[in-house]
Amino acid sequence: MTPDNRPPSGWLATCVLAFAAGMGLCMPACADDLRAAPPLPAYKAECAACHIAYPPGLLPAASWQRLMTQLPNHFGTDASLDAATVTALSTWLTANAAQGRRATPPPAEDRITRSAWFIRKHDEVPAATWKRPSIKSASNCMACHSGADRGDFDEHNVRIPR
Amino acid sequence: MNHPPSARTLLAVVAGLAAASLSPAALAVTPADLLNAYSAQAGAAPQPARGQQFFIASHGREWRCASCHGALPNQAGRHAATGKSIAPLAPAFNPERFTDPAKAEKWFRRNCNDVAGRECTAAEKADVLSWLLTLQP
Repeated sequence: MTPDNRPPSGWLATCVLAFAAGMGLCMPACADDLRAAPPLPAYKAECAACHIAYPPGLLPAASWQRLMTQLPNHFGTDASLDAATVTALSTWLTANAAQGRRATPPPAEDRITRSAWFIRKHDEVPAATWKRPSIKSASNCMACHSGADRGDFDEHNVRIPR
Repeated sequence: MNHPPSARTLLAVVAGLAAASLSPAALAVTPADLLNAYSAQAGAAPQPARGQQFFIASHGREWRCASCHGALPNQAGRHAATGKSIAPLAPAFNPERFTDPAKAEKWFRRNCNDVAGRECTAAEKADVLSWLLTLQP
């Protein structure tokens, strides 16, 4: 089937969704629900041993690609992996990376927590709160977003621990 | 001789089989098998007390083994940077531990680099594993 023969409905839906996303007309769940990516068992096994399985949509493809070439020094830690696993993870992360406004520009140091959208969404959290022993770091999504490891960042489920 | 070929071959075969296998359960070795392989590779009997010392001591870097695993890894530890829970390391408290040679090698490589800035020797791995095996309920 050539592109010309494709039913137009798929294109139309894509355009409508792209338009809605571009205009900021998404439902709240659209912005905070990152469960769409199909799971990759190796991602959970390899990456979620040390931190939650950050949804791939939280970083642009360029950031994931850089991170995956620097695993022997991954934010100060040796997270090195065999080449075949690196390739598989990189392909999956890139395919499911952030799109649209969340994708540009790549955040400083390729840190999710340095993204403009992340900073904006957390601007009401005081610096001292992040440092609580129960939270420890802004990278500890699960401290406040209990569904983070399932890609659920719904604001209604946020509970900031003491 | 520090590295008898037979022991190196054993470890390589075990690790190779595990790496080639798509199912982690396909090649189940016991922690004792791994300990034997590391000991043979080291050419010396493992010393649990020395393993414990290695585990809790500083090796010149910010982290020690115990920083994430706890000084007594018969219970869950906590990642020093991310705070994520780390399941108990001692096999008697976590039967999955040290049953996959490739996985054990991967973590020794990474974590020894983090705590010591180098790979661990077979003797160090044998010492630590022999100490972990002394931890019993």
